[in-house]
This record gives sequence, C-alpha cells and structure tokens, in this order.
Amino acid sequence: MLKKPNGWLLTAGAVAALVLVPVVVSLLSFAQVDAGILRHLGEFVLPDLLRNTVWLLLGVGLGVTLLGVSLAALVALCEFPGRRWLQWALMLPLALPAYVSAFVMIDLLDYSGPLQAWLRATWGVAQLPDIRSGWGVVLVLSFSLYPYVYLIARNAFASQGSVALEAAQALGMAPLQGFFRVALPMARPWIAAGLLLALMETLADFGTMAVFNFDTFTTAIYKAWYGLFSLPAAAQLSSVLLLFVLVMVVIEQRSRRGMRYGAVGRSASTRRRKLQPVASALALIYALLVLVLAFAVPVTQLLRWSVASAAQDLDARYWTFLWHSILLASLGAALVVGVALLLAYAGRQQPGGMMTWLQRLATLGYAFPGAVLAVGLFIPVAALDGWLATLVQSWLGVESTGWLKGTLLVMLLAYLVRFLAVAFGPLNNGLQRIGRNVDEAAHSMGVHGQALVALVHWPALRLSLQTAAMLTFVDIVKEMPITLMTRPFGWDTLAVRIFEMTSEGEWQRAALPAMAIVLVAMVPMVLLASRREEAHD
Amino acid sequence: MIELELQSVTQSYGPKQVIDGLSFVLNRGDIGCLLGASGCGKTTALRCIAGFEPIDGGAIRISGQAVSQPGWALPAQQRQVGMVFQDYALFTHLSVAQNIAFGLRHLSCAAQRQRVAQLLELVGLTDEADRQMHQISGGQQQRVALARALAPKPKLLLMDEPFSNLDVALRERLSGEVRDILKAEGATALIVTHDQNEAFALADWVGVMDAGRIAQWDTPYNLYHQPANRFIADFIGQGAFLVGEVLGNQQVRTELGVLDGYVPPDCHSGGCAQCPKRCQVDVLLRPDDIVHDDASALLAEVQSKAFRGAEFLYTLGLPSGQRALSLVPSHHDHAIGEKIGIKLAADHVVAFRRAG
Repeated sequence: MLKKPNGWLLTAGAVAALVLVPVVVSLLSFAQVDAGILRHLGEFVLPDLLRNTVWLLLGVGLGVTLLGVSLAALVALCEFPGRRWLQWALMLPLALPAYVSAFVMIDLLDYSGPLQAWLRATWGVAQLPDIRSGWGVVLVLSFSLYPYVYLIARNAFASQGSVALEAAQALGMAPLQGFFRVALPMARPWIAAGLLLALMETLADFGTMAVFNFDTFTTAIYKAWYGLFSLPAAAQLSSVLLLFVLVMVVIEQRSRRGMRYGAVGRSASTRRRKLQPVASALALIYALLVLVLAFAVPVTQLLRWSVASAAQDLDARYWTFLWHSILLASLGAALVVGVALLLAYAGRQQPGGMMTWLQRLATLGYAFPGAVLAVGLFIPVAALDGWLATLVQSWLGVESTGWLKGTLLVMLLAYLVRFLAVAFGPLNNGLQRIGRNVDEAAHSMGVHGQALVALVHWPALRLSLQTAAMLTFVDIVKEMPITLMTRPFGWDTLAVRIFEMTSEGEWQRAALPAMAIVLVAMVPMVLLASRREEAHD
Repeated sequence: MIELELQSVTQSYGPKQVIDGLSFVLNRGDIGCLLGASGCGKTTALRCIAGFEPIDGGAIRISGQAVSQPGWALPAQQRQVGMVFQDYALFTHLSVAQNIAFGLRHLSCAAQRQRVAQLLELVGLTDEADRQMHQISGGQQQRVALARALAPKPKLLLMDEPFSNLDVALRERLSGEVRDILKAEGATALIVTHDQNEAFALADWVGVMDAGRIAQWDTPYNLYHQPANRFIADFIGQGAFLVGEVLGNQQVRTELGVLDGYVPPDCHSGGCAQCPKRCQVDVLLRPDDIVHDDASALLAEVQSKAFRGAEFLYTLGLPSGQRALSLVPSHHDHAIGEKIGIKLAADHVVAFRRAG
C-alpha cells in the first residue's frame, strides 16, 4: 500500500530535486545543438580535454595516495618526536586553496624564478622541466589535496592498524611486512574514499587550471560561456564532465560500503611503534618537508608579497572585495545551514529507506564541479526569468528584462547544491546523537514542542551548527568558479580578484586577497583542532 | 615440563610500576589464567610475554629459552606465541579460511589447506570458511580468532579477555567450548580475565593478580577453599568473616561452634605475643558453609535475601550482631525479619589474624 507523502518527505524531495536540476539541464542541452560549435568542440577541444583530464586524474591520484598514505601511516602507527604536533599540522594545506599555491609555485619554480636562477648560478643546471605543464598541475594539486587521503587514512590506521600489526606479528610476520600485508589492505576502503574526494576536487578545480592555463573541462566550460557565448556548448561540456563525476560517485559509494564492512571489531587502543633515532629523524624530516612545500613556502611567499603590495593595493577596493566575500559567504552559509538543518530534521522526524535515499541524493552536490552548477542553474533561472517577463508584459504591459537575472539567486542556489553536504554532515551527526529516547525522556517530564527544541535540541546542536556554518562559510570564501560565473555585476570578491590578477600574471597583486582567504580558512581548522584536543583530554 | 616461566618480572610506564616482581610457571599442556581487577597489570603481563612490551627487570622464558630480559627482547614474530586479542583483531580484508591460513605461509598449499580444514572443523566453522568477517556473528568471530592463533601450533597461546565482547549466555557456553578446543590441540595457554567464573571454567591454574604481582597461584578449588590471604578470600567468591578464638593448633571457636582446620602459624599455641589472652582470628565462612536447619537451636535473623532460582542467598544477623551468608534451597522462603535455625557445615576452617 502506498502511504500518503507527508511534509517531511516532500521537503527532502524538494532539496533532492534541486540537485537533479543541473544534471537534467546539462543533458537537455543536446536538444539544442549548434552543429558548427559541436564540430569545433569534437575536433579541437574534446580530445585534448579528455587526455588532460585522464592524465590529471592518474597523476594527482598517485600523488595524493603516496603522500597521504605514507604520512597517515607514520603519524598513526609510529611514535617519534614531533608526531603530536605534526598530526594536526599536516592538515594545514587544506586552508590553502590550490589556486593560491599554484601561482606561488609557478613564480618560485619558473625559469625566471629563484630556484632555477640559483641552480643555474651554483650548479650550472640549464633548465628544469617547465612548471607550466601537466606535471606542474599534478605537483601543486597533489600537495594541496593529499590531506583528504591523509585525514581519512589516519583514522583507519589509528583505529585498527596497530592492533592488526600486532596480530600479524603474533602470527610470525615482521612489522613492516605486516603493514603491507595487513594494515594497508584493511585500510583500502578508507584510502579509496579519501582518494575519490581528492579526485572529485581535481575534476572540480577551476582556479588552478586557470592559473596554469591548463585546459580541462572546467576551464573549457568557462571559455565556452564567455568566449563562444554558447550556453548550450557549456552545458554539453558539463554533461561530459558529469560523466566522470558519476563514475567517481559510484566508486565512492562502494568504498563507503566497504568501510562499513571493514569496521568489524574495531579497537580504540592505539599503541604506536617507537621509532629508532635514525628512523625518527627520517620520519620527521619527510613530514616536515611535505609541510614546508605544501604550506610554509607558499604562505611565506604570500606574506612577503602582501607586505610589498600592501601600500599599493590596500585601498578602498580591497575592503570592498573583503566585504563582498564576507557578505556572500554569510548569506550562503545561512541558507546552506538552514536547508541542511531542515533536511537532517526531516530524517529524524520521518526516518526510513525513502528518506535515507533522498538525503543521500540531496547531498550529492559536493561532487559537482562549480562550473557545471553555474551553467546548470543559470540556464533554468534565465528561462524562468524570461517566462516571467513575458507573463508580466502580457498581463500588465510592463516592459522588463527580468527580475532574477542579475540577482544573487543563481549564485546562492549553486552554493546550496555544492556545499549542502558540508553542512549536513556535522548537523546530521549532531542530531543523531540526540536519540529518540532523549525526546521521550523530555516528554515524560512534560517538555514538548518548542520547549523541547529550545531546552534540549538547541543546546545539544549548538556546536554542530557552529561547525557547519564555519565550514560552509570558509568553503564559500574559497570558492571560485560559481562566484566568478554567476556574480551580479560589480560583485567582485577576494577569489574573483585573485582570478583577475593571476590571469594577467600579476602574482604579487593576487597575494593580499589570497592571504586574507588563507587566514579565514585557518580559523575553523584551529578551532576544530583545539576542540578535539579538549575532547581528548 | 615447564613451557612458560616468569621470574620476578618488573615493568613500568613512566613512574607507574605496572608489574612488580611477577613470578609463575606454566607447564606444557596446562591452561593458566591471570585473574584480577582492571589495572592490576594482567594485560600488560600478557603483552610482555607476547613480546609487545619490553621488561625492566627479571626474565621471561619460553621452553627454557630466555625471550625477555631487561634491555633485550626477542621480537614478537620470532617467539612462536599465538595471541587472541580482546577485540579479535581479525583481518577484515580476508575470509574466515584466509584468516586462519595467515600464519601458515611457510607451509605448502596442500598442508595449509589440510590444517585450515582441521581447525575449521575443530571450531565448528566448516560451513563458514568463505564468509567475510562482517557476515559472521560475534561468537563465530571469536572462534576464528582462536583458530587463527592456534593454526601455526604455537608453543604458547595467549588470550586477552577472550569473552568480554560477548553476551553472558554465549560467554558461558564458549568458555567450556574453548577449554575443549585447547585441550584437543594440546595447547599451553595463558588467559587474562577479570571474570572468576570464566577463569574457573577454563583454567587448570589460576593466578590472582594484585598490584602487579601474583597474590596466589593455585587451582580454582584451592583458591576458593584455601585462600592464602584476606585479599584472595575477599576477591574470590562470596563469604563473611566471623570473629574466632584460637583454641589450639588446629581449632577455632566461633559464635556458631568449634571448627577444625588451618590456623595462622603465629597463633598456633593458642596465644600470641601481641594478644594478651587467646589469639583472635577472622574466620572465613562461605555461603555453603552455613546450612538452614529448622531443628537447630541456633537462630539468626533474615536481614536481606536474594533469589537465585534454585536457592536463596540469605544475609543473616547473628545474635552477637555479626553477619553471615547462607545458601538455602529456594523452597525455604522466609520473610525478612524472621528468625531461622542454622548450623555450621564447614569441614575445614580458613582463618586470618585479625587486622589491627
């Protein structure tokens, strides 16, 4: 028997439907084919894009796996001086958007940069491979995205790695051999999940590709829109990119299932293996080297540039960029957290298979590249706008070019789809910690309805809400393609400013806004880390 | 023949002395058990024997060969010591059969298959051989862990709280099964637990640990009936102490009558240096030492009672105000406050010098 759909299911359904809009729009774009443009795309654009994308995925995949897994294993399974500090510090590159480290690294490693100049002068090395190439992108993205693998693999190793190593040892296997035979294979689903997140970010990345002038789908979508002025072409490119995304999502969901199965009889006890002095030194040097390359060097250079350009650039316009970034991120975070809360609450009020499925669908947007969302949401909103304008004209005889175009609507909707999962995760966890029996206990003490929310749910959820809002805020401040492509006229933000300066090769003048973004992005990391420390003590 | 020997082993975490002069021996084919409250050092002792923790003093020997000394330890993988971890530490990326075969890498394929089949049958998991870890129950996981540890025929098998993750009913059934499996394999095993029922059901020898050392190493029967000191008497089983007066080398008088049996040596002649008169002792009486008898002139008041199914455990107030415990068949249902007749049914006495 079919049950009557209720409000909570409808709410979740509406949010999930929004995620499907860009997908449907991208697919529908093939109904409106411009033969000339399509031929141009097929002959000159697509083959390069496909080749670049595949190489990029392979290169970054290898890079983040090597860096992430090795660092996670060192920090989770071994004990050496500095480990406690490093286990937190190794997440720092997350605060540095890849497009920022990209332009710093280009400057440092370019032919005219300090490293090559020094190599030429001191060692007579003629030339290193050109940084402005595929391997340069792979290098920058690997150092920027390895924390995704590191974080999730570290948890896997910490929760089951050390006891698995001891079990292998009791069965006659030396620790290092045990690592490759047992700890690593057991952590595979976790490593895969982290790797796929990193690859999704790679597919979604626009800023780094723009800085490197490296053609991938995201930059091609942007060029199709602004260069060819062809929305259908942009949407068609989107649909090909979505195909890659779909593959990633499917594999990711499978590895998540593996994580559930892999979590059999996990132990909380972690006994790390004490490293000998030489091994300790090597571990420390290796981890520090990664941290220096991925974080310390770019940030130092940014600081130097910021100081040098402050006198020139720290004017009223800079404060406008900052203000726009903060305003947009606040509006976006409020919307995203509000909808995420609604979605999580819906799941609590109306749990079931259907609801779980809708929630999963609704939070799938994290996998969609911003460029795809920008195109996929702009097209229907523009169509709606045109329809409204004709309607109004035919009824009231008022001439208009539209009300929705040129507002923040498209941008906020795109943020909502892209970052809903970021806010939903902590909120849903927080809500799930308030079990149903907590409600029932409150009921038995005569606390109902609004009082229940105010006295029980709100205090318990406050931290989760803070976390969700903070993470969303930072993500929006860092976000580039959606903001760039759908911002109303005059709404330039820090990220947009960075794009404009870097596309003119003015690295130094991009430093000040970049520094501001890095500082904002570090706030939640420091807060969350200190909160976790407290919880551990 | 001695398989495992610990000789005044000490071990510390920073300033905290976890193991403090631990000594015992375990003969080949015997099942030993370290029993103690949490924090008594029993798990650390097990980890030292396995080779996961270094020791600061003393020595550990397996089959006569020193494996741990201060400043030196044979690596765990070379000790031929099997271990069943508290949370089993099963390899989730391998099937049941692959888990069991893990320690048999040095054998030929055919030999591996044969040994795995043998163990699967021994632990009753032949039908589950190809299952993954998330597809089998907690009790089955426990048996996979046991089979995996037994597969390479270790000189010594260590088990850390092997049943703590299982529910009570399963725990009782499995502890009997595990004993049968260990005996069938002829394994020498050392088990760590905080549950005395488990220790009694499994072990030939039980060492009660307190503050990092063995308080008494004995058979389960002797631990219960001949506790070496007050700590053991308190820790093992239930009971109550009554004041007794030493009459002779083998005789003590209590409120409930005269008992024959063990008397602390320094009270032997009936008097001692500290006491002006006759030596006073605390006499341990187990609930089964006092029986209900309507014909008895000795009356005690029921202060509280706990229904145990087949019997009641009565807490009785004696005329002097002392308390005693008594197990009474459950059809003798007496109300609280009622006076019932009791008599002493102890065939031996366990007495300790009065504290203070």
